Amino acid sequence: MIHGHLQLSLTNFTLDSTPFAFASEGVTVLFGRSGSGKSTLLRAMSGLDKRTHGQLNFQDEVWQTGKKYLPVERRDIGFVFQSAALLPHKNVRGNLDYARRRVPRDRQHGPGFEEIIDRVGIADLLERPTGNLSGGERQRVAIARALLMRPRLLMMDEPLSALDWQAKSELLGLIESVVAEYQIPTLYITHAPVEVERLADRVVFMADGGITSIETLAEATSRVDSPLFTEEGPVSVLHGTIGAIEPDGLVPFRSKQADAFTFWVSAHSDAIRSDANPHGLRSKTTRLRVLARDVAIARQCQEGISMLNQLACTITSIAIDTTGPRAGRAVVFLELADGQPLLAELSYRSVEQLGLVNGQRVFALVKTAALIDP
Amino acid sequence: MQIFGSPLDVDPILLTLEVASISTVILLLIGTPIAWWLAHMRSRVRIFFEALVSLPLVLPPTVLGFYLIIALNPNGEITQFLRHFGFEGQLTFNKTGLIIGSVIYSLPFTVQPIMAAFEALPGQVVDAARTLRASFFDRFFTVIVPLARQGFIVGAVLTFAHTVGEFGVVLMVGGNIEGQTRTVSIAIFDHVESYEYAAAHSLSLLMLLFSMLVLMLVYALNRSLQIRQD
Repeated sequence: MIHGHLQLSLTNFTLDSTPFAFASEGVTVLFGRSGSGKSTLLRAMSGLDKRTHGQLNFQDEVWQTGKKYLPVERRDIGFVFQSAALLPHKNVRGNLDYARRRVPRDRQHGPGFEEIIDRVGIADLLERPTGNLSGGERQRVAIARALLMRPRLLMMDEPLSALDWQAKSELLGLIESVVAEYQIPTLYITHAPVEVERLADRVVFMADGGITSIETLAEATSRVDSPLFTEEGPVSVLHGTIGAIEPDGLVPFRSKQADAFTFWVSAHSDAIRSDANPHGLRSKTTRLRVLARDVAIARQCQEGISMLNQLACTITSIAIDTTGPRAGRAVVFLELADGQPLLAELSYRSVEQLGLVNGQRVFALVKTAALIDP
Repeated sequence: MQIFGSPLDVDPILLTLEVASISTVILLLIGTPIAWWLAHMRSRVRIFFEALVSLPLVLPPTVLGFYLIIALNPNGEITQFLRHFGFEGQLTFNKTGLIIGSVIYSLPFTVQPIMAAFEALPGQVVDAARTLRASFFDRFFTVIVPLARQGFIVGAVLTFAHTVGEFGVVLMVGGNIEGQTRTVSIAIFDHVESYEYAAAHSLSLLMLLFSMLVLMLVYALNRSLQIRQD
């Protein structure tokens, strides 16, 4: 458990987190617009800002009480900064060694040096000076350095925001697999909903220097007015496993419950592509991100239609927007055979013509080509 | 050694170099914490302390020297206080006086470049060292000093050169005692006073060359370190 209530007054910004508590496992994403206080809260929680006061407990340790605090050097936090923050006077190996040499004896366990640098994909960079690394490479080194300091908690402050599209996509996959594989509790800051949907187990929503709510990802994506939904509209995040690639280039994404559903996804979809090795597919549990506007509804199973993905499901509720830019649109909440929610965005007229009602059994149609992450 | 037909004054040169070296070492030791403290001071008193440190830049050296003589005189409180610890000498009109005067007079030349270097440190890099479990002294010597090295080098060179060239404070606090407190700049003054232009000339030329060399060194260092950082 991580719980507390922190305050931090800066010259032109005041953070008052409000009391908070969430599990210290998996990935917790701090989400909010720029200026909402995400970075300030993360700095306050890390102990990097001495002006912090309030209360903070990490698992069974007290990290802050009043103005007294455990110094950041003794919190075992692997911090990945937006700018990577590599030591400019040391090369890649020097940066990694800086972390390794300072690990206390009782924390020297976990994946080895060779494994981590292979996993993060920097084995070829070790002797390079940090000055001529690309943005993506710098961030990989920063991640490896944070893992090598044997953290009990990872903190990542918008690690992808300074990267180009390609590097962003690769790094997102890397972070996703690293946190899943090494099981290190992670606090991750972003203002990009895609990153939340790929990584988060729970979301801490922030606005105006405080926490507004803490929700699981399922909760955060099950309401139409979720701050996660942008101009792309509502999004569903399905959990499942990736199967073997078929000769025609399609890959099955299956429910963890046998035969509950199978989505056919293009093998080149970023949604399922493996990280460090762009040609490999992950066999492990992963997520599929489906935009509600890419989902259509039919009352019967369709023949003579190009859409490969036809999934039996039940309508749980229908939300209709009557005002705003989405006036005339309806979001239909569906439940797949294994209980996972899937959202479909239709026009209100379609809802009326099909006579959709709660509890009705229908088929969700999703174009395979739509299942490609941004 | 003969220059311009008169023997070169070796004693003042050696004394000057000795005083400048000792002063530079002392100033690096006390100037670094002062620079750190000033660079991290957030309150408004910072303006006061910054002005105080820079005072020797604008104050006539004679004014500084005058106050030092008063403060350090053998019957003054500072000297009397030191007597409790078995100190027997005096703080003025000897090498100790020269060094004390030099340290105060050259303080801004040490503090300002080091402070500027501290302020230009990349904050996230120092923070990263903290999260990697580097304690204050650990990260000071493994991150801060290497990243601020330009400030330390420029500060040390300027301090040394400025101490070599001082005149007013040295004359006031040190007097003009041959072999004890007669530095190069005072020796030149002496020679001119007694119409020994050849001797004055040799020392002056030496100072001119030395100063030019030092400034070229500072600019070269600034350039090469900047290029390396790009």
